[in-house]
Amino acid sequence: MSGATFPKHLLDFQEWERAQLESLLETAQMMQEVLARPVKKVPALTGFTVATVFFEPSTRTRISFELAARRMSADVVSFTSSASSTAKGETYRDTLRTLDQMGIDAYILRTDAAGVPHQAHRWLQKPVINAGDGWRAHPTQALLDAFTLREKLGSLEGKKIAIVGDILHSRVARSNAELLPRLGAQVVACGPATLLPGKLPGASLTTKLREALEEADAVMALRLQKERMDKGLLPSLPEYIAGYQITEARLAWAKPEAPLLHPGPMNRDVEIEGTLADSPRSLVERQVANGQAVRMAVLYHVLVGKR
Amino acid sequence: MTFKSRILNADEVRRALTRIAHEVIEKNKGTQRLCFVGIHTRGISLAKRLVELVERFEGQRVPMGILDITLYRDDLTEIGLQPRVRETRIPFDLNGKAVVLVDDVLYTGRTARAALDALIDQGRPSRIYLAVLVDRGHRELPIRADFVGKNLPTSRSEVVKVKTLEDDGEDAVELWEVGET
Repeated sequence: MSGATFPKHLLDFQEWERAQLESLLETAQMMQEVLARPVKKVPALTGFTVATVFFEPSTRTRISFELAARRMSADVVSFTSSASSTAKGETYRDTLRTLDQMGIDAYILRTDAAGVPHQAHRWLQKPVINAGDGWRAHPTQALLDAFTLREKLGSLEGKKIAIVGDILHSRVARSNAELLPRLGAQVVACGPATLLPGKLPGASLTTKLREALEEADAVMALRLQKERMDKGLLPSLPEYIAGYQITEARLAWAKPEAPLLHPGPMNRDVEIEGTLADSPRSLVERQVANGQAVRMAVLYHVLVGKR
Repeated sequence: MTFKSRILNADEVRRALTRIAHEVIEKNKGTQRLCFVGIHTRGISLAKRLVELVERFEGQRVPMGILDITLYRDDLTEIGLQPRVRETRIPFDLNGKAVVLVDDVLYTGRTARAALDALIDQGRPSRIYLAVLVDRGHRELPIRADFVGKNLPTSRSEVVKVKTLEDDGEDAVELWEVGET
């Protein structure tokens, strides 16, 4: 048994050290073993109740978390704001404290506003897992990306990972820039100037796609929100495609066999060439499958183990 | 931890397993519907031996599975942080089978309890037996073994180490004391 202790929440990676992260990814590997069994269920979290509280809609992430919790026999309740109290004017804090009176042991929280999971952790004094807060962080996505990359590349030490697309509005890019360097990788973020932040801690920035892709060990394309064009950040879709779409020809700039990742949902033939998404270079489906094992590992670590 | 004594040597382990194999065949009245399931890690090595012995005595090779019980334990919060989950593989239908669960040491009974749950999740055997190389007492649950290699009264401060050729390079059972030194 490892002697390390873990933070009892996952808000971002500020409090996490490399050894803890490696250990968490190793636990995810163990959870793959459970998912490979004919009966994909173990009683490890029997008696715990987990709430998914999504103030911003997301079906895939929520299903992934809920299955992860159920496969370990936790009880799961889900709250989505669309039809609920926030529409009637209730604050985040009141909603969460109301739920807390019902004996929830851990919260999986998604909000359109950055920082709410941190506040929730203070309000509730219970484990909180950030399932995406605004443009700020989406740590389980970054963990499943890291897990998928390690599965393909082995250790990430010294590996160059290129992230391409709308970096400015991407919590996936921010969380990966925070996580991957902690595992030894070097991150280059690339996109049009209007979609790059002033700086991105953990990553270097460039507007030149070729520079980003050259020598890259893996490439991650991000979803382009088409509404960005309404705000004047992009002149036109064809112009974005001409400059930044990941195509088979452009992927050839990266190292031979460098895999392609995408956090989904994909805009086929916008940020990623449709045929490439289905090619053996693409790990998109693998990411989704790994997401469940990673989320099982996160739930296990925040709920079980010495305090 | 300090070494106290050797309880069984390689020959004695072999004889104990030989006797258990005979007892299993006798109790089950042959190899009909019989199968073995070893609990990680040393239970697997011992189960393999029993399958071979049964084949030698009865001319029938019975199926064998392996079981990991890590996430079935009731003391996960105490043991902690890095669960070591290993493979569970039962490559045959458990329904209607007479299963011999095999472990190295029977102590509190918590492993056996977890193994019963893990096994029953995979199917519905008609009967489950428990075979252990050493029963060291101190049960915390109402569980007993059907087949025992060696009954060994111990104190709680002692540790019983089962070694197997496959896992440790030799077959032996040793008694150790958790050292104060």
